[in-house]
Amino acid sequence: MSGMLLAQSSGCQVTPGKVTGLCQAFNSLHIPVEYRTILPLLVLSIGSLVLLLVSAVMPKQSRPGLYPLLTAVISALAAGASVFQWVDIGNHGASEAIGNQILYDRFSVLFMLLISVATLFGALLSDSYLQREGLDGVEAYVLMLLASTGAMLMAASAGTIILFLGLEIMSIALYVMTAYHRRRAASGEGGLKYFILGSFSSAIFLYGAALAYGATGTTQFDEMGVFLARNTLPNDGVLLGGMALLIVGLGFKVAAVPFHFWSPDVYDAAPTPFTGYMAAVAKAAGFAGLFRVLLEGFATQQANWRPAIWLIAVLTLLVGSVMAIVQRDLKRMMAYSSISQAGYVLIGLQAASSQGTAAALFYLLTYTFIVAGTFAVIGLVQGEGEARNDLGAVRGLAKRRPGLALVMLVFLLAQAGVPFTSGFLAKFYVITAAVNRGQYALAVIGMLAAAIAAFFYLRVGLLMYSSPEVDAEGEPTDGATLAGLQPIPGFDTPALSAGPGAVAAAGSAGSAPVALLPPPVGKIRIPFTVGVTLAVCVAFTIFAGVSSPVLDFAKQATTLF
Amino acid sequence: MSAVTFPILTVAIFLPLVGAGVVALIPQGRASLVRPVGLLFTVAELAVAGTIVAEFKANDAGFQFISQHAWLGQFGIGWKVGVDGISLFLVAITAVLFPVAMFGPKVVGDAKSFFAWMLLLEAALVGTFLAMDLFLFFVLFEVTLVPGYFLIAGWGGLRRNYAAMKFFIYTFAGSAFLFVGILALVFLVAPLNGGRETFDLITLARYASHLPTSDQELIFAAMAVAFAVKMPVVPFHTWMPDAYTEAPTAGSMILAGLLFKLGTYGILRFGVFLLPKAAIDLAPVLLTLGAVGIVYGAVVAAVQKDLKRLIAYGSVADVGFIVLGAFAFTNQGISGSVFEMVNHGLTTGALFFLVGMILERRGTLRISDLGGLQKSAPVLAGVFIVVVMAAVGLPGLNGFVGEFLVLVGTFITHRWWAVVGTSGVILSAIYLLWAYQRVFQGRPSGDNESVVDMTWREKAAMAPLLAGIVFLGIYPKPLLDRVTPAVSHLIEHVHYADPGFHIPAKGRTKIVYAVPATQNVDGGAQAPTGIQAAANNSGGNP
Repeated sequence: MSGMLLAQSSGCQVTPGKVTGLCQAFNSLHIPVEYRTILPLLVLSIGSLVLLLVSAVMPKQSRPGLYPLLTAVISALAAGASVFQWVDIGNHGASEAIGNQILYDRFSVLFMLLISVATLFGALLSDSYLQREGLDGVEAYVLMLLASTGAMLMAASAGTIILFLGLEIMSIALYVMTAYHRRRAASGEGGLKYFILGSFSSAIFLYGAALAYGATGTTQFDEMGVFLARNTLPNDGVLLGGMALLIVGLGFKVAAVPFHFWSPDVYDAAPTPFTGYMAAVAKAAGFAGLFRVLLEGFATQQANWRPAIWLIAVLTLLVGSVMAIVQRDLKRMMAYSSISQAGYVLIGLQAASSQGTAAALFYLLTYTFIVAGTFAVIGLVQGEGEARNDLGAVRGLAKRRPGLALVMLVFLLAQAGVPFTSGFLAKFYVITAAVNRGQYALAVIGMLAAAIAAFFYLRVGLLMYSSPEVDAEGEPTDGATLAGLQPIPGFDTPALSAGPGAVAAAGSAGSAPVALLPPPVGKIRIPFTVGVTLAVCVAFTIFAGVSSPVLDFAKQATTLF
Repeated sequence: MSAVTFPILTVAIFLPLVGAGVVALIPQGRASLVRPVGLLFTVAELAVAGTIVAEFKANDAGFQFISQHAWLGQFGIGWKVGVDGISLFLVAITAVLFPVAMFGPKVVGDAKSFFAWMLLLEAALVGTFLAMDLFLFFVLFEVTLVPGYFLIAGWGGLRRNYAAMKFFIYTFAGSAFLFVGILALVFLVAPLNGGRETFDLITLARYASHLPTSDQELIFAAMAVAFAVKMPVVPFHTWMPDAYTEAPTAGSMILAGLLFKLGTYGILRFGVFLLPKAAIDLAPVLLTLGAVGIVYGAVVAAVQKDLKRLIAYGSVADVGFIVLGAFAFTNQGISGSVFEMVNHGLTTGALFFLVGMILERRGTLRISDLGGLQKSAPVLAGVFIVVVMAAVGLPGLNGFVGEFLVLVGTFITHRWWAVVGTSGVILSAIYLLWAYQRVFQGRPSGDNESVVDMTWREKAAMAPLLAGIVFLGIYPKPLLDRVTPAVSHLIEHVHYADPGFHIPAKGRTKIVYAVPATQNVDGGAQAPTGIQAAANNSGGNP
């Protein structure tokens, strides 16, 4: 085997855009850099430097809203660059670029577009939040742009090395973003947890990449695929170990069960707009990596990884939706919800077909809008200092802000998978892909998980439309005794159910229902930027739910280079 | 057909939808506009449904008024709607029951959102009955849950949140199987259809019977689970008494009268029509569940303390009849089953309306708190007894025709199930008449002495239901003329799919409402091309 490897790697050939073989003499090597292939990355990374520069030369008390505006412009430019790339690939075809390290195909461009859009939403939503919390500053936006750069690099990576590079750039920025809320103890704690667990997962990923290299002699996905197609390994322990560790490392990023334990803490800890950003971008980038590794690198090993992904998908779906039911905190609930949503993308991955990939891409694309919108609403209702993340905060929202409640209802129904929202079609496509590959059991489990999940989505919907008045003692009608808010043994200590500072269900022992906190009072002001984001997200959620252009778009991105 | 290029069915679906939008957009300051606007749209919908019934060609087995548009093309999903004898009267009863439910009972609370949800529900229901595309059907089937949920949760009784949640989750979980079943069918049929995926009912029916029997049975079982939850048959019924009881009066009328016809209609239209062989193989299971439901529903109804719950359990028994008829696979049985669906819409709608009136006046439905109401409210009592008689199956009223057809049809092929089913007729008389006796007769005491009788509005709203009950009891021919050809066609289709299946000759010669063989589009002689003929026939109409 080693002899053949040597034969393969002898002779370093450099043709424009393509380097083959193992090159010893790097000084003789000219690697052409095709800048257009990494245009959105360049826009974002240069943009982040520009932001830093601007902040350095601007006076201390500069105009508020300048940094978010610049960030929005930069991400819009990145989105424009992605569109240019999309057209360019249509005209000139996909290619490998920059010493074969970057894959320039529509799969990566779709993710670049997705990430740009998520960054745009992140910037628009962060502005009012950071001002409200007194955290205004350039750092948040710089970190956001850098995290997006890393995420894009992951999506465009042609091998495990670049994938790891992107993973680290993204993760380190996200660790800091999680701990960004200086005055919230939870924020720092969550950031530290994320950092420690994240570092472990990065190490695991790296070890997996090393084992995969040991087994195949390359870090490039396409070469891995070719090697595995041409050779049969008599002893594939190293290969399988590498594959498993790569799945674990990336599974951590997408918060697949059982690698999800960080996710509720981190979602709760991070400033709300960042949570929405993370839920969209980190997941998308992690899935981009998983698709690249499994469908390209280990394409011939489907018999080995598909059962593993099957199991992970089932666990993710069920644990996500069941655990979300027992949450009393909106952000933690959304964390488990987003775990369960990742399960559907895993179903698409498990199908290992272009239909499954298209479905997964559609899912991620539409979820970006849904999750941005949901966290935007949570950010508005939680009030200053994130005082109210508990379920009681949305109670009676329909009376206070009917429009906001309606918008939230659309997002909730979309996540539950109710028809005429993008969430339904996303589930439809994913389940279709699974059924088409004969995965009936997985399809049924996926749909049953949707039924379980419908429970907690609807509960929030019900709370929004229930009366905002505090119930009198023993009033058995509204939110307080809402179905399913019965106390759960071992879970419902008052502290756990209501969070700090709350006197929840004082003395409620055993059978008494857990009282929700009374809803917050006072007017909810919807800042312009948040309003615009919400409108765009709702429009997209409905549009993608009744028509097919978005899927056509996703379908064109399924051929991995 | 007289050149009906006008897409009247699409209009029938979108009209209430537009109505829902208009009602929702009425500003709070003009709240008085809500009722007239809502009424306008439901009456317009009634007119559209009336036109459909009037223009519908009797003695035609195929789909009529088909209108078709491309939708999500890459999956072979289209907007395809059509109406045949089986769905025609379900649409009609929907159009009748909605105005009654919306304007008969008093609306407590936010009228605007109530009317908007109701109109949305009407659009989804009509669409579900008309859909000829499995995807469209499933989507609308799911959509009905949302307004149903909010109607129960927003305007229901004390335990409304619990009931609404239970209603949603049960049906949603059932739909999981339907969804996967539909997709499995589509993908298994695709290779037979030249590799093209399609959700079109007619195309799927053409090829589905060529699938391996085990596949057919699994898909049918998956669909049956979803529809059995929706109907609901025992043992999937536990959500139903809660939902019916906690829903507001209008909600109960629609839920019981219409929404749960989706289950029985769905299993006939999609289960039996698409997978006849599996339907025959699994018929004993469903027949047994139906027969058990008849007895169980009646017995449990008899011991209820709450009048509304009593009627809710009575519905379980009625659903048992519908299932019994549908899976007897005889002309009379299925015709009777369809007839029973319409009946049940009328009588259960009327019963829940009447119970709602009692609740409005007395504030309670505990049977032990009521008594002697006929002294102070004779009209209410009179109407109640007429409706009860219809539900019991008194000859001359609609219930008799349906139950008679079902029992005759079942007896031909499944004698002992029919025997068990017949006991349900007696049991229903026991629990309903006993309830009437306890609520309306005897010496009134306390608040029961001064119950206000039916108001003019209530009388006016009740009139169409009573008229339907009496008319269909005395002269069911117009309905049967339109239902029977479609049913015969369905049975021929079953025969074609499973030539080994025969209705005993004794029964075939005695078909009560048979149509002339010439009008039976694909009679036994043409059996091998039967489905082809059906497809051509239904495709040629628009």
